[in-house]
Amino acid sequence: MTAGKMSTPLARVLGLGPAHSGTEHFWLQRLTAVANVPLMIAFVFILIALLRRNHAAVVQILGSPLIAVILLLCIVSVTVHMRIGMQVIIEDYVHDQGTKLVLLMANTFFAVAVGLASVFALLMLSFKV
Amino acid sequence: MTDVKAPVERPLSPHIFIYKPMLTMLMSIAHRITGAALYFGTMLIAWWLLAAASGPNAYAAMGSFINSIFGRLILFGYTWALLHHMLGGIRHLIWDTGRGFGAYEREWLAIATLVGSISLTIIIWVVGYLFVGGSR
Repeated sequence: MTAGKMSTPLARVLGLGPAHSGTEHFWLQRLTAVANVPLMIAFVFILIALLRRNHAAVVQILGSPLIAVILLLCIVSVTVHMRIGMQVIIEDYVHDQGTKLVLLMANTFFAVAVGLASVFALLMLSFKV
Repeated sequence: MTDVKAPVERPLSPHIFIYKPMLTMLMSIAHRITGAALYFGTMLIAWWLLAAASGPNAYAAMGSFINSIFGRLILFGYTWALLHHMLGGIRHLIWDTGRGFGAYEREWLAIATLVGSISLTIIIWVVGYLFVGGSR
């Protein structure tokens, strides 16, 4: 961690080491983890409340502003969190550079696709009613 | 030239399989596995929301899958994975503050996570069936 005598003055000031980054990942993981705790508790309650209801009732509840906002926050926080988490798993176990790059891209595509599909559906439900 | 091509026999560092499985280690593995399961399970949530937005027929198709034995099993497993990963995550947040690293605390936190996730899963499903469930 300590910048040795070999490092340039700029590197010493920035204090980042050879990776140039790292704490953003850690911080975003923790930030979304903390956000996920109340959000997932709310999500479970919403899910239980919607169990066994017919389509019309579900559409109405999912389209109500409070529920929609809570679920939108859930989706943003969860998709960011899961993307970083899966990135770490890939980096830990996949050592072939090519495969790793492909999987890291696929990871982002998956997170964005799931997130966008969910957000789109929620917005549709909100603005249709 | 041939000397260069000779394979170098370097000692391997001890890997996880030579260690006696400990609860804290198993919980670490479980945290990662539940995280990966939750990752793929988000497809179900996207499907659920898209089905609701698409209309009654799509929603009924989703419902018949979830209400099948297979669907219920997935949902039950998903409930446990979510709670286990959440409690495991809280354990990590405690560790981030520098606390909970003692031998006794580590074991206690691991047991609390496991007992908590299993009992909360059962409570949620009992509540779901008794108070919300029943006939349509």
